[in-house]
Amino acid sequence: MAVNAEATGKTYPPFEYEVGKEKIREYAHAVGEDNPIYFDRAAAKEAGFRDITAPPMFAVVYSAGSFAPALFDPEVGINFAMMVHGSQEFEWSEPVCSGDVISTVTSVKDISEKGGMGFYVFETVSTNQDGTEVVRGTWTNIVRGVS
Amino acid sequence: MKVELKVTPDKYLPHRYAGASGDFNPIHIDVDFAKQVGLPSNILHGLYTMAQVARANVNAAGGDPRSLKRLSVQFRGMGFPEQEITVTGSVKEEGDGRVIVETQAEQGGNRIIRNAEAELETS
Repeated sequence: MAVNAEATGKTYPPFEYEVGKEKIREYAHAVGEDNPIYFDRAAAKEAGFRDITAPPMFAVVYSAGSFAPALFDPEVGINFAMMVHGSQEFEWSEPVCSGDVISTVTSVKDISEKGGMGFYVFETVSTNQDGTEVVRGTWTNIVRGVS
Repeated sequence: MKVELKVTPDKYLPHRYAGASGDFNPIHIDVDFAKQVGLPSNILHGLYTMAQVARANVNAAGGDPRSLKRLSVQFRGMGFPEQEITVTGSVKEEGDGRVIVETQAEQGGNRIIRNAEAELETS
């Protein structure tokens, strides 16, 4: 089974996520953060944020609703039994704070094959309610045994 | 600048991270399922480990998350709960108020994240 690269360039509809302080708290607690800017409104504002801010890797929380339909798209055709998350990149710009409405669009950036492995590269671009980009993610999934 | 962070995810950490992130893949939270698919035990979420790499770099830059501009990682091997993770990194390039830090995460001598590159604003 060779990889089918036809879905390259496909873009999915935007997914909106409203950021809340309790979700930030839950996430920050799970990943071991203790900086009060993630928990305490006054501390966040004193540090120059509009409201309680999210740790950088909270990007996975608001991107997931946009990314998952692309990952599971039958036209992309990933064999999940053989898939591993190969690499990940995020580029951050404007900080994300409680109360923000983040819109994320996912696209299939590249599908290729090398040494019997399929490489599926997705890009997510997230913008806030002002239209300002907050993060850009590149997600590479590797599927073994494609040829 | 020196990047170093040690953390031991407890037995139930993968469950808390699953709830926080929305990733309930049973290989992370169900020991029996993980064994059925040939893993030694349930494994950590790669993006949890990446969050430790992010945290280590932000801490090294003084604790302000706005200093982290970019982070790329390669996932290798598998991370497990109840074993200490060590994140280490050193400055590879420096200039124009930014540094590039080469970082890795290992657990019991096994590299679980390698070739990680963090770009930090230092000014």
